Amino acid sequence: MTVERILPTPEASDLLALVCDIADRELAPRAADFEARGEFPRELLRLLGRAGLFGLPYDEEYGGGGQPYEVYLQVLEEIAARWLAAAEAISVHTLSCYPVAAHGTDAQRKRLLPDMLGGELLGAYCLSEPAGGSDAGAMTTRAQRDGDGYVVTGTKAWITHAHHADFFNVFCRTGGPGPRGISCLLADAGTPGIVPQAAERTMALRASPIAQVAFDGARIPADRLIGEEGAGFRIAMQALDAGRLGIAACAVGLAQAALDYAVGYARGREQFGQPIIDFQGVGFLLADMATAVSAARAQTLWAARLKDAGRPYSQEAAKAKLFATDMAMRVTTDAVQVLGGAGYVADHPVERYMREAKVLQIVEGTNQIQRMVIARHLAKG
Amino acid sequence: MNIVVLVKQVPDSGAERELRSDDQTIDRSSANNVLNEMDEYAVEEALKLQEALGGEVTVLTMGPEQAGEAIRKALQMGPDKAVHVLDGALHGSCAVATSKVLAAALRTLNPDLVLAGAESTDGRVQVMPHMIAERLGIAALTGARKLTVDGGTLTVERQTEEGYEVVTAATPAIVSVWDTINEPRYPSLKGIMAAKKKPVQTLSLADLGISPDEVGFAGSTSTVVESTKRPPRQAGTKVTDSGDGGVQLVEFLATERFV
Repeated sequence: MTVERILPTPEASDLLALVCDIADRELAPRAADFEARGEFPRELLRLLGRAGLFGLPYDEEYGGGGQPYEVYLQVLEEIAARWLAAAEAISVHTLSCYPVAAHGTDAQRKRLLPDMLGGELLGAYCLSEPAGGSDAGAMTTRAQRDGDGYVVTGTKAWITHAHHADFFNVFCRTGGPGPRGISCLLADAGTPGIVPQAAERTMALRASPIAQVAFDGARIPADRLIGEEGAGFRIAMQALDAGRLGIAACAVGLAQAALDYAVGYARGREQFGQPIIDFQGVGFLLADMATAVSAARAQTLWAARLKDAGRPYSQEAAKAKLFATDMAMRVTTDAVQVLGGAGYVADHPVERYMREAKVLQIVEGTNQIQRMVIARHLAKG
Repeated sequence: MNIVVLVKQVPDSGAERELRSDDQTIDRSSANNVLNEMDEYAVEEALKLQEALGGEVTVLTMGPEQAGEAIRKALQMGPDKAVHVLDGALHGSCAVATSKVLAAALRTLNPDLVLAGAESTDGRVQVMPHMIAERLGIAALTGARKLTVDGGTLTVERQTEEGYEVVTAATPAIVSVWDTINEPRYPSLKGIMAAKKKPVQTLSLADLGISPDEVGFAGSTSTVVESTKRPPRQAGTKVTDSGDGGVQLVEFLATERFV
C-alpha cells in the first residue's frame, strides 16, 4: 500500500518518490536472498549513498542533504518496508556521523564530514561493551594520551558494520570512573590495532552481521577527539536520542510491510467459501494492526517535528522508540498468525519480519531503558 | 557537443489507461503520468556523451502544463536546461503536426545531436525521429543499442529482430535508442535540488512562427474517429492432470504455436 504522506517541500516529495523507486527496484527483490545467504549488500548501500541518503539530516555546507528529520525518517521508513537491514545500515551510519556533525570543531567538520556524508564511506558506532550495554557509563575501554595521540585498548560489542565500516566512533575512558571520564574518538578503519572479531550468529538481519571490535593498542590522532575530553557520554546520549527516532522509523516501515503482506494474503486466501479477511476474527486483527502502525508513524513524526523545531525531544524520542518497536513486534507476530502455517515458513516474508522486529526492541537502548528515560523525565517534572 | 534530448510525459504503462470520450485523446487527468521510460535511456546516453566530450545537454518536450513534471524528472538526472513547447492550440496534434513543432524548436537550439527514446509507451508509433530528420534535413539513426561518436561521425548499432546493423552518419543527426543501450542512472538528492535551479524556457507556437491551424485537431493528418476498450482477458485453459497432463500441456503449446 502506498502510504499517504504530507511532506514539507516539493523536493522532499521528489526524494520520497526516488527512494521508493530505488527501494522497489533494487532492494525489495534482493532482500530475502541476501538475508538467506548472509551476504552484506555493500554495493547496494553504495547506490543508496550515491543517491544522497547517507547524510540526509546534516548541513548541506558539509555535504549533507539539509533535510529535516521529518523527511529523513520517512525515507528510512520506506526503505525499512523493503529491507530492514538497508534502513538499519543508513540509521547506524547517520548515527555515527552525529558526534562530528554536532560536536566537532569547525575544522573537523570541514575536513571529515564531506567524505563521511558523501555516500562512499560507511560508519560504525562503538558504545556497548561485553560487560556493559545498558550501563554504558561503566565502560572499561581505555584511551591513554601518548604524545599527539591516544592509545585505545578494550573491546566493543554488538557493532553493526564491524567488518565493513570505514570509520568508527569509539567511546572510551580518558579520565576517572563514571560517565564524566568518557570521551569520543573518531578512528579510521585501517588503524593498526582495530580488529573486528568473528560475526555473531544472530536471529535475523544476517545480511548485516554484527561483531565485537577489539582495540588492541590502536593509536588514534589527538585531533580526532570529538568534543572535549570527558564530554563523550553526553555526546553518546544525544546521538542516541536522534538514533532512537531512526529505529522507530525502521519499526514503522517493517510493520507496514508486515501489515500489507498480511492484508494481501487475507484478501486472497479463501476458507469456508470466503476470503479470510471477511471473518471478523481476522479482519479485526488486521484493523488493530493497521491502527497501531498509523499511531506509531504519527508519534514518530511528532517527535521528529519537535527536533526539527529545535524543541527538547528526548522524552518523545524514547516514547516513539518504545511504542513503535513494541508495535512492530506485535504486528509482525500477528502477521504470521494471519498467514497461519504459511506464515511460519520462509516462502513468505512474515516469519523473517517477525525475527527482524525483535532486535528493534533491543538496539539504541532496550525498551526497558526507554521506559527508564521516560520515567526520569516524569520524575523531574 | 550540443545535445538535445526529446522527452515525453506519458500515462504509466503499468496502470489502466483510457482515452477521453469527448475527443479521443489520452485522458491525462485519471492517469499516473510519468517520464516515458525509453526517454530515460536517451537522457543517460546524452549525459554519458557529455561526460566524455563536454558540451551541453538540453531537454525538449511538447505538452500541456503538467508535462513540466517530466522535464523536472529528466533534469534531476543531470541535463543542463530544458525547453517546453506549451500552447493550448497543440492539443490533439498527430505525429506529423508534432514533428513540425519539435523540428521548429530544434532549429532554435541548433544541436549537433538529437537523442530520443525509440518509442513512447502511449502512441508507440516510433516515427517521430524519422519525421524530424526529414523536416530538418539530417540523418536519422534509429533503434540504437550502441552509439559511438568519433569527431563528427556517429556510428550506431541498430537493433533488429535478427541481430543488428551498423550504420553511420555525420552530425547533425537524430538517434533513437532502445533500452538495451545503457542502464540509466538514478537521480540523487543533489540532482533533485539542482533541477530546481535549472532554466526551463517556455516557447509558444507564436515564438516558433507556427500558426495554430497547422497543429492540433485542425492541422493533424490523422483523426481518431472512435475507440473501444480492450476486451477483458479471456479465461485461460485449465489443464487437470489425470495422468495425461504433460501431453495436454504440449498439445496446448503446439496449438498456440509456442513450440
